[in-house]
Amino acid sequence: MADDKDVLRDVWFGRIPTCFTLYQDEITEREAEPFYLLLPRVSYLPLVTDKVRKHFQKVMKPDDVGEMWFEYEGTPLKWHYPIGLLFDLYASNTTLPWSIFVHFKNFPQQDLLHCPSNSVIEAHFMSSIKEADALKHKGAVVNEMQKKDHKQLWMGLQNDKFDQFWAMNRKLMEYPTEEGGFRYIPFRIYQVTSNRPFIQKLFRPVASDGCPHTLGDLLKEVFPAAIPQNDGQKKYQVMIHGIEPMLETPIQWLSEHLSYPDNFLHISIIPAPSD
Amino acid sequence: MPSSLLWAVDVFGRVYSLSTAAQQWDQCKEAQLEFKRVTAVQQCCWAIACDHQIYLNVHASDVPIRYKEETYENQRWNPVDGFSDRLLPSDRWQWSDMTGLKHQPLDSFQLPSENWEWEADWYVDENFGGEPTEKGGWTYAIDFPAAYTKDKKWNSCVRRRRWIRYRRYKACNTWAKVPSEQAGLPDPFNDISCGGWEISDEPRGQMSLWAVSLQGKVWFREDIHHLNPEGSSWVEVQVPGEVVQISCGAGDLVWAVLWEGQLLVREGIGRDCPKGSSWVVVESPSPEVGAIHVAVGVNVVWAVTKDHKVWFRRGINSHNPCGSGWIGMVGEMVMINVGLSDQVWGIGAEDRAIYMRQGVTANELSGKAWKALPSLRDSDRAHSSASATAPLLHGQADAPKPLIPKVTSDSFISELVSDRDRREGAVSTPIPEEDQGSEQDDKAPPALVLSHSPSCGPDPQWSNVDLEEAQTHLAVGAASDAAETSSLSSVATYNLGLEEPYGPDEHPLWAWVSGGGCAVDSHSQLSWFNSSAGDPAQTAAWRKQIFEQLSERSKREMDNFRHYEQTVWVKKGTMQWWRDWKPHKWVDVRFALEQYCGTDGSKEGILFIYYTFNEEKKYLHAFINEVTILVPVLSDSKHTFAIYTPERTKQRWPIRLAAESDSDTQCWCPGSLQLALLTMSCCDSRGVQGPPSKQAIWSVTCKGDIFVSEPSPSLEASPYPMFWHQIGGHLRTIECNSLGVVWGIGCDHTAWVYSGGYGESDNQYNANVHFTTDVKSVYIYENQRWNPVTGYTNRGLPTDRYMWSDASGLQECTKANTKPPSPHWTWVSDWTIDYNVSGGTDREGWQYAADFPASYHGSKTLKDFVRRRRWARKCKITTTGPWQEVPPIPLCDVTILPCMAQSKVEQVLLWAISNKGDVLCRLGVTPETPAGTSWLHVGTDQPFKSISIGGAHQVWAIARDGSAFYRGSVSQQNPAGDCWYHIPSPPRQKLKQVSVGRTSVYAVDDNGQSRNLHYLNVYVFTWALACINVNIIVLSLLLQVWIIADKVQGSHSLSCGTVCHRLGVQPMEPKGQSWDYGIGGGWDHITVRGNSLEAPTPHSPLPLRNPEGMNGNVVQS
Repeated sequence: MADDKDVLRDVWFGRIPTCFTLYQDEITEREAEPFYLLLPRVSYLPLVTDKVRKHFQKVMKPDDVGEMWFEYEGTPLKWHYPIGLLFDLYASNTTLPWSIFVHFKNFPQQDLLHCPSNSVIEAHFMSSIKEADALKHKGAVVNEMQKKDHKQLWMGLQNDKFDQFWAMNRKLMEYPTEEGGFRYIPFRIYQVTSNRPFIQKLFRPVASDGCPHTLGDLLKEVFPAAIPQNDGQKKYQVMIHGIEPMLETPIQWLSEHLSYPDNFLHISIIPAPSD
Repeated sequence: MPSSLLWAVDVFGRVYSLSTAAQQWDQCKEAQLEFKRVTAVQQCCWAIACDHQIYLNVHASDVPIRYKEETYENQRWNPVDGFSDRLLPSDRWQWSDMTGLKHQPLDSFQLPSENWEWEADWYVDENFGGEPTEKGGWTYAIDFPAAYTKDKKWNSCVRRRRWIRYRRYKACNTWAKVPSEQAGLPDPFNDISCGGWEISDEPRGQMSLWAVSLQGKVWFREDIHHLNPEGSSWVEVQVPGEVVQISCGAGDLVWAVLWEGQLLVREGIGRDCPKGSSWVVVESPSPEVGAIHVAVGVNVVWAVTKDHKVWFRRGINSHNPCGSGWIGMVGEMVMINVGLSDQVWGIGAEDRAIYMRQGVTANELSGKAWKALPSLRDSDRAHSSASATAPLLHGQADAPKPLIPKVTSDSFISELVSDRDRREGAVSTPIPEEDQGSEQDDKAPPALVLSHSPSCGPDPQWSNVDLEEAQTHLAVGAASDAAETSSLSSVATYNLGLEEPYGPDEHPLWAWVSGGGCAVDSHSQLSWFNSSAGDPAQTAAWRKQIFEQLSERSKREMDNFRHYEQTVWVKKGTMQWWRDWKPHKWVDVRFALEQYCGTDGSKEGILFIYYTFNEEKKYLHAFINEVTILVPVLSDSKHTFAIYTPERTKQRWPIRLAAESDSDTQCWCPGSLQLALLTMSCCDSRGVQGPPSKQAIWSVTCKGDIFVSEPSPSLEASPYPMFWHQIGGHLRTIECNSLGVVWGIGCDHTAWVYSGGYGESDNQYNANVHFTTDVKSVYIYENQRWNPVTGYTNRGLPTDRYMWSDASGLQECTKANTKPPSPHWTWVSDWTIDYNVSGGTDREGWQYAADFPASYHGSKTLKDFVRRRRWARKCKITTTGPWQEVPPIPLCDVTILPCMAQSKVEQVLLWAISNKGDVLCRLGVTPETPAGTSWLHVGTDQPFKSISIGGAHQVWAIARDGSAFYRGSVSQQNPAGDCWYHIPSPPRQKLKQVSVGRTSVYAVDDNGQSRNLHYLNVYVFTWALACINVNIIVLSLLLQVWIIADKVQGSHSLSCGTVCHRLGVQPMEPKGQSWDYGIGGGWDHITVRGNSLEAPTPHSPLPLRNPEGMNGNVVQS
């Protein structure tokens, strides 16, 4: 029987094959070849696209190079969402590789945050971890950590060091046995069709009668439409890390094993392919 | 970490052990007696049985406990008889000890107890100080006592020879009664505690056993050590009051509890005085309630008062065994025990469960919280036996609840016993010793050592057992005769016969626990707390589906796109660089690692280092594909490493870089991060992937880092540039062969076997990568000078060395400012005096000399004006690496049969030497199971230190006295061979290390100052000098001779520990021609024995022959 630790590994080492193409409006001195890269699902776009910028800068005048941003089928990609979430939300069920347009001008101020340096990503990442821990342990664990421990989490993500990250993240995943789980589950539910960026509510991992809550229980409370109706028609797919966990899966287990490094369960709800 | 045992006794006197690897308690089945107390150490467990006798259970080991008895036979020459046993009246005894003062004929030697057996008969020792003697083993002298020689001279008037016989301890894995030779033992024992093994040096394994008698007297068992596990005699230690309980820690702490509730602390315990000298009284933690129990470790003292409150003693250390004050702790316990690493165990007052103290670390000795051990009983067994015993228990359905003795921790069993005796008297019902009905089948007859005949016990009530009556009684009881109920319930309560005294849902009620042999630390995941058998989540459908979907996802998203570039992580940063020009110092630099794809698709890279020179911006660079090795360099404040290229190796001047040591920006070992990045890049550019091949060359630096290199077919022709990359772990030596069997030995003598993993822990393939640890000592010297007024003081002359220094005296090293070798190491002990120094020491560890620096000796003479002593402190490193520990025997050398890569062998011969000098042969080693199964002990007359096995199964070894031995008849079928042949050493040389290739034998001597390499002319069995200043020699099957040289001059610096390779070695020219100097300095060990890729040669390979036949081995080339 496979070990639960393997799930953590599979989640961490998930990669999305991606093809970066320069947007046709960008002015180049010669033709820009597309650039192919395996993007880590758990990371953030600006952290892993140094090479993409270098690749396209080679064919552009320095004056034409503004802040780089990415777009998929007309949607600007938010860098502060993990890459795996962006892919699941916008591009699951499409053919691989994931084809992304690269822009250097006309930065969509209304859709995207600026990302002048990696320290901005770090600040965002750490604030997510703190928020998640506030939900899980009233912030007790993250506040007890030293600054270097926080750094270790961040460096682990930035340098793709699974063991380094998990050596510290393990502490964030602990809970008192007698309580059966965290205080609240840190989760966010995203959908393409909604105006709201995401849904987030307080949700306990264990019901008042002591039964563990499942993914299905969570959806019933937060997004009932995602539960297949009696006629068996499945209208929505519920995706985490490119897979569709069964609705019977305990939400506490999901939170411990399928959370992104920022300690949130990022759940994408997308319309089921009509085929 | 190897598994170890936690011992406990339940309220019914049954002994159980719980392995750290197991998930349930194992009852000691062969114990026919009930036990009161146990006290465990790693190699054995002591117990007091209900007959108040002491029993010892020595855990069986692959290396038997052998004790060497010896005596000397003395003869004198007279003109009539020649040498004969007719001695002069003034002479010594004809049979005597070495000094001649004690008469000891062969038949005066008796086995000390029935737990011993003789190994063989007496025989004559034919080894005289490392040199073989004539047959008969006689050594000659002018007269007794005088200097003996092995040659008979014209003036040799006397001669003597040594007879040897071994006895072996046979009572392993069973409870053997400890002989109490003294009839004068006044009263039965009530408590025992074992410890003290850290007071003296490890090899002898001295231990202290303290015991308390029912009358409150304290006894000490003399002379317990590895070779004498039972000890020799009891000595009474005077106490100022009546003692009820005593506790002895691993170090020098011994505390006892007095009947009145105060505590006693033993002072003056030391290496020369394990018994200590005096008692100091410490008041009970609470003024109203007396103490009733105490437990001590190395640096901690815990106590329990009569109201079950738990107390922790503040301020305990080796200078202050009394501590300074009590702290009340949470929890109510009946007893407490402190085990290894000061881990604390307790038994709850309420529930009688065993509690483990969580979070005990060196920094937080009091731990964090109590955690109850789950009941850990095999549920199946519990159910089946419960049902099996149901008929027996049936009759007492409405009987009074089983009586749980009201226990105060001093001696509840005695209470139990007296209680029972009373009942026995009342209803006159004897107690069945065994359940005759249900257990006869599976229970072996009581071992001889355990049978307590009516005459042996001091406690006569215990022997009046009438089994017959018991049987009938039980039969009647089963018939649930109401009149019998009360007496039956007493049987069931004490439960001497029933297989399973507890119902399926009850947990055992514990009475005593001992963690002295149980090693748990923060890294070890105890399987006790995660018994997963009943966890439905393991088998749930949702879980299975997640696994399946994840692997599908990987297939879909990754498998077809492997050729895509992986994202690149860190590429730029700031570091410090040891600058190339004088004065050398660390300067801040920027570095950049540029990676690009070469035209052929290979990954190339350049490392740039940007610095300023005379305010001019400059850079230096290194092509990643030219880097031969990246070596981490230990430094106590920085993470530094050195980059070697062929050119820089030649100059012996690497690029040295350090990560910033600013503590604020210091994240998780930034130095090793950047190093890991560079290593990855180097491996990419060299196309090194996956685990090392079976042909790989392995080496260990003097810092313990492990490197591996893939040999090229042209290795013999041009061995450089080879590329070395690091493998995780920390070792001192390493050995391999061409079938992929790789063994290593750590500084703490732990044996490790390569598990097939690779890389650091941070990759996806690390199922075989584990935590590995190593422990070594850091040494500093305390120096003193004599002056006529005050004697030796720490006031030296102005020209003297520092009063606290390193070995050379050049560096000041005080106890306070000496740090572990690098930030990866942490202290695990305090500073202690090291008596194990060459030259010997006096009782306080001092060595004397006329002046600094000079040769030191262990006793003071008139000419000595200075003295020094060595202090040692242990530090520990925890790393990750592809290594699996091979417990339990610590090793000092290992060798593996070299063989051709293609060859198929059923069993790979592997020999080793334990750190005590025992020669061992590993059984069951195959390429598939490189760890093998068990050790076979190969008897020797003295401890050994080096061993090597050649391509034709020839085993050579070096004994501690420097003599060389050859083991005869070793083969696949007979892996241990049959006997040793003593081969004369080079004249006047003590050999240190040996290495055997296919047929050639090389050895290194050690005469203190210099070390020289000799090769054995196997045709005439004489040695010839090959080279000087050699530290380690390694031969491969292919006539490759590699050494680690002591001193090699380079263009920039002198380097020690340089790997060199002998050129021009031919079958007919085993001496070779010249040395090729290798990969910089700083190497401790290398092995090329896996490299058997033979370059095509014109002549056919050598026929493999036994060395006996080597004389005729002529090779055409």
